[in-house]
Amino acid sequence: MPAPAHLFPLIRNCEIGRICSTVCYCHRKHLCCFSSHFAHGHFRCAPQRKFAALCRPKENFNQFIHARDYASTPQRFYLTPPQVNSILKANEYSFKVPEFDGKNISSVLGFDSNQLPANAPIEDRRSAATCLQTRGMLLGVFDGHAGCACAQAVSERLFYYIAVSLLPHETLLEIENAVESGRALLPILQWHKHPNDYFSKEASKLYFNSLRTYWQELIDLNSGETTDVKEALINAFKRLDNDISLEAQVGDSNSFLNYLVLRVAFSGATACVAHVDGVDLHVANTGDSRAMLGVQEEDGSWSAINLSYDHNAQNEHEVERVKMEHPKSEEKSLVKQDRLLGLLMPFRAFGDVKFKWSIELQKRVVESGPDQLNDNEYTKFIPPNYHTPPYLTAEPEVIHHKLRPQDKFLVLATDGLWETMHRQDVARIVGEYLTGVHHQQPIAVGGYKVTLGQMHGLLTERRARISSVFEDQNAATHLIRHAVGNNEFGTVDHERLSKMLSLPEELARMYRDDITIIVVQFNSHVVGACQNEEL
Amino acid sequence: MFLRLLSDVRWRAANPRWRRMTCSRRSTSSTAEPHPISLPAQAQVVICGGGIVGTSVAYHLSKLGWKDIVLLEQGRLAAGTTRFCAGIVSTARPVSIELKMADYSNKLYQQLEQETGIKTGYMKTGSISLAQTQDRLISLKRIASSLNVMGIPCEIITPKQAAQLHPLINIHDLVGAMYVPGDALVSSADVSLALATAASRNGVQIHERTSVSHVLVQKGRVTGVETDRGQISCQYFVNCAGQWAYELGLSGEEQVSIPVHACEHFYLLTYPLKEPLASSIPTIVDPDGRIYIRSWQGGILSGGFEKNPKPLFTEGRNQLEIQNLQEDWDHFEPLLSALLRRMPGLEALQIMQLVNCPETFTPDMRCIMGESPTVQGYFVLAGMNSAGISYGGGAGKYLAEWMVNGYPSENVWPLDLKRFGTLQSSRTFLRHRVMEVMPLICDLKVPRWDFQTGRQLRTSPLYDRLDAQGARWMEKHGFERVKYFVPPGKDLLDLDQSKTFYKPDWFDIVGSEVKCCKEAVCVIDMSSFTKFEISSTGDQALESLQYLFSNDLDVPVGHVVHTGMLNEKGGYENDCSIARLNKRSFFMISPTDQQVHCWAWLKNRLPSNSSLAMEDVTWKYTALNLIGPRAVDVLSELSYAPITPEHFPSLFCKEMSVGYANGIRVMSITHTGEPGFMLYIPIEYALHVYNEVMNMGQKYGIRNAGYYALRSLRIEKFFAFWGQDLDAFTTPMECGREFQVKLEKGMEFIGQEALLEQKQNGVYKRFTMFILEDHDTDMDLWPWWGEPIFRNGRYVGKTTSSAYSYTLERHVCLGFVQHFDEKTGEELVVTTDFINQGEYEIDIAGQRFQAKAKLYPFSSLFTHRRRKDEMELSGYQRE
Repeated sequence: MPAPAHLFPLIRNCEIGRICSTVCYCHRKHLCCFSSHFAHGHFRCAPQRKFAALCRPKENFNQFIHARDYASTPQRFYLTPPQVNSILKANEYSFKVPEFDGKNISSVLGFDSNQLPANAPIEDRRSAATCLQTRGMLLGVFDGHAGCACAQAVSERLFYYIAVSLLPHETLLEIENAVESGRALLPILQWHKHPNDYFSKEASKLYFNSLRTYWQELIDLNSGETTDVKEALINAFKRLDNDISLEAQVGDSNSFLNYLVLRVAFSGATACVAHVDGVDLHVANTGDSRAMLGVQEEDGSWSAINLSYDHNAQNEHEVERVKMEHPKSEEKSLVKQDRLLGLLMPFRAFGDVKFKWSIELQKRVVESGPDQLNDNEYTKFIPPNYHTPPYLTAEPEVIHHKLRPQDKFLVLATDGLWETMHRQDVARIVGEYLTGVHHQQPIAVGGYKVTLGQMHGLLTERRARISSVFEDQNAATHLIRHAVGNNEFGTVDHERLSKMLSLPEELARMYRDDITIIVVQFNSHVVGACQNEEL
Repeated sequence: MFLRLLSDVRWRAANPRWRRMTCSRRSTSSTAEPHPISLPAQAQVVICGGGIVGTSVAYHLSKLGWKDIVLLEQGRLAAGTTRFCAGIVSTARPVSIELKMADYSNKLYQQLEQETGIKTGYMKTGSISLAQTQDRLISLKRIASSLNVMGIPCEIITPKQAAQLHPLINIHDLVGAMYVPGDALVSSADVSLALATAASRNGVQIHERTSVSHVLVQKGRVTGVETDRGQISCQYFVNCAGQWAYELGLSGEEQVSIPVHACEHFYLLTYPLKEPLASSIPTIVDPDGRIYIRSWQGGILSGGFEKNPKPLFTEGRNQLEIQNLQEDWDHFEPLLSALLRRMPGLEALQIMQLVNCPETFTPDMRCIMGESPTVQGYFVLAGMNSAGISYGGGAGKYLAEWMVNGYPSENVWPLDLKRFGTLQSSRTFLRHRVMEVMPLICDLKVPRWDFQTGRQLRTSPLYDRLDAQGARWMEKHGFERVKYFVPPGKDLLDLDQSKTFYKPDWFDIVGSEVKCCKEAVCVIDMSSFTKFEISSTGDQALESLQYLFSNDLDVPVGHVVHTGMLNEKGGYENDCSIARLNKRSFFMISPTDQQVHCWAWLKNRLPSNSSLAMEDVTWKYTALNLIGPRAVDVLSELSYAPITPEHFPSLFCKEMSVGYANGIRVMSITHTGEPGFMLYIPIEYALHVYNEVMNMGQKYGIRNAGYYALRSLRIEKFFAFWGQDLDAFTTPMECGREFQVKLEKGMEFIGQEALLEQKQNGVYKRFTMFILEDHDTDMDLWPWWGEPIFRNGRYVGKTTSSAYSYTLERHVCLGFVQHFDEKTGEELVVTTDFINQGEYEIDIAGQRFQAKAKLYPFSSLFTHRRRKDEMELSGYQRE
């Protein structure tokens, strides 16, 4: 019997409070004061939320208020539901794993992914691919900051590094021989991409060479041991970050490429990557994106299990780690205003060489770099109290989880989602969506004192929740709809949704962050069967 | 939970008395054992089911003098749906037979406490049916008209008056209401117990905790029942098993299909209001909100019929799971909203329980009653469509009369089990159909609505061709029939919008089809008709049929005879056309829904020797009706045979070739009085013949037509249809069809005596045609059927069918006129003068329209008559 309090969550002050607070938080996500100086593309409005205020907050606040008044007064229009849908669905992508992929029955049924931009252009990236030379599937979300260059590069390259790390020695040799003799290469990954997910053609040669160097080293190292997934993930992360750093230091004769590698290195990205192979689920996380497992309890309700730890100031262990790595004298300046060196929110990230290189190295690279870089105030800026670099690492934390039949889905999402929704709500919303809401806990009056009016209110709320499910064919889209449009009752409010989506480009970032979501659905039958086999 | 306890307590209160009584009669065994009384070895009647229906049947059988009756109940008396029943006795029913049953039930329950000494909780509260729309108000007015002429007090009231009768209701969205002061509330379980007690006093043995496993049948007759406590041999078995009736019907070797299916039904019980609601406050029925609200122990009881019902127990074997059904609040939400909209003051009222009580529904929302067509002595009364309390008393009475007298005292064809066949027994069909039927209880019932589910089961081979040409379909006995053809480029309203009591959107379409029938030629696919072939080695076929049919069938080969199949009282059991194919074989065409009834009737009465063969050939022939003055031209061009009236007079049947196809049975009848032919085509030739006819007919302006055109044609010519105008209580004498009866055909036939008597003494009702005089087709409500007829301001009868006559440009209603003595109300003989000398009015939803009565059709309509003396005066399609 459920408790009455559980029965009637009609007035949830906490939720109202939460929504208010999200709006308030926007103020600190102010525009950067020197954005006007950024001459070129991705750097135009680069350092936003991840970098703290370099100017006085008050000014910014006023500026923001003005901007909002100016923007909102003249345009009092609402989007129609179809317009809202077309915005929400623009980037949605679904992939169903064929029942038999030629090798084995997959424990993954398929995945839905989607992203909703707040930045223009969006700084989040997502990737999904099936490993062709080993078993398993890779899925990842990447949250870029100070531009999207790094997130883009990581989204293109990281899975190759992971796949190569996982390959057995013989396959590596085979591949190397094929490259050597100019034969066709064994395909390593099968990508599952939305048409908007692009790969940069110009850099492919450069990237390939770096990757080849990596596997050559792996061949030389040949330890003879079978590759451990956890280790492979850590190695791949670190190696890629190292390559990004090196490429920027070495530069490239091609001026476009030279500029590109610098942009990649000077911007940053977090990564949250899942590797699923049968019942083995590994999640490697660097930064503050998050992986969460949706579990269906025996009574049909939904609960969430965290499969990653956020690397930010809220994570005590992380703060400890950073402090351990630097002399005691820096203790006070290391974490300020919940940011690394008072600037960076995530405590681990790809790129961001400004937090990794020595001051000399930074100066040398910037000076010898192209003019665009040289003119850029941001790249020239050295973080305060910068004494003992590196302050930042790309090394991931890896969590291994054995899938159980009750583990129904995995949600990978950038912090844009987690800022607005609690993981418990995410588990419920996705769970109810995937199961067609049949498992919404039935209400029983039992012996409680319930009036007709109370019951009516509760039922109306539940119905509203159900009706919003049927608009979406994609679990990620559905989740975004809730993340952006939820009212204090946890139901999608069209008016709110419409307002949030019709914010002008320059304001959107104030109210919400880029959101990128991948929802992976597991095949409980396969998981159950695999489990039994292992037993 | 509470209700269950409550009724248990009541049951215990009532039980000792009852048990003492039964024990005193048969005090052989001790009461301590679970089954104190052993089952008898034999009985005349075994009734299965101890709910309201079973106890009512037992009660009425014992009243009629049958004493040797055993009632078996698998659980305890009134422990099934009856116990969970909301207990509302409401007479506001649109179908006249249902109205009569409810009225009788009400009167029965009212005096039951006095008769038995058992409290039934009877409380006359009255009921108020609310109308949120004008259309709803029209339908209420129609019901009010028929209630009033039946002598049941009833009035249409304003919203304000409704608010005075019931202070809690919110009236801002109402346009009117109907108040029936005589409606009542009862405790359904107690009523059932009272009936059982009375029956038991009359000698009926009642055994609880005894379940029937199957019925024993020998040579097509019931011989006994097998129970979990042994066998009982019996002559009659009555299946009153409610939602278990379907399975019980199929359990025996000889299966009886009883098309019922259960749905979950929810209602809400609350604690008392601060100021407890008076128990005498009227029951509110808000059909637009799909809810009913009655007072219950100072609080309310409110349930409803939602749009998306939850069918239940499709896979069967539900037995006693009925106790454990879950409450489903989310499902109840729309009904709760409707309740709070109607009575906003109840917001603070505390909920006691949401009761989930399965109700049984039938494919056409009417209950199922009567004898099985396959097993003699096997009677059924089930499928109450959640009105078991309202109907239980009356239905039990009719069934008891049926068993004892051979036929009930009212026409119960609309409820007859034989209106269904095995084709309605598919579980999938039933599941889908009841999902449509349950919401229909609250839906607006407008003329000519069709079921949307369970369709396209039986179709003509031409279905796709006709559909591609714009056919709109209706269904009869599972068969798809064309209503009309929507011309290309023309769009009709969608389903919901086309619901109207006024002029329908297809008016002009049907008008042009009628015009084509009158001036050129039309094709109507009439394949749904029931077709039997009866043949014998000798003269047995002729002899038997002469006995079964009222007209003289000893006609030359090739003749077609319209004849009634009458019962002992001279009433129409069937109205059909019979063609004599040769000396020893006959081809019989009956209405579509006669397939089961007519077969059973003939089967039970034809000699069962091998020399006589009867075959149902319905599925073998496609029937095309060529109607119109140019039909003769089309046919003669296709057959190269002389088809002039000299060679092919009216009411003739010839086998001939049409196009390449040979062996087509062509009959010169059209069922409308228009010139033309019926083509009975072996189905493999159907498409060919249809194509040939359409190609050849082009130059004569041929087009497709549907049943609506046919109906307009037949009604303006005063053709009665069996099932609509004619029934088992109507004789040929009463509808001007003496010419179809050959009283002196030289041999006896069923119903002859009754007809002779009528001929001598006159008839007590007369089939009459009414032409509406001051009726504006565009602006006024259209007549449908069941409208009261007033002669010189006094009620004399009801209409049975109506249509707009495009030729007369007037509405035509057909109906029966009776003559009630002004003082005593006694029925008097209806004479021609009585009919002709009256001033008539037809009451359509409370508004009276002047009408001209006619006993014979307009002769001017028969301009194309082929021979003066051979007027074709029959039709029997029922819409």
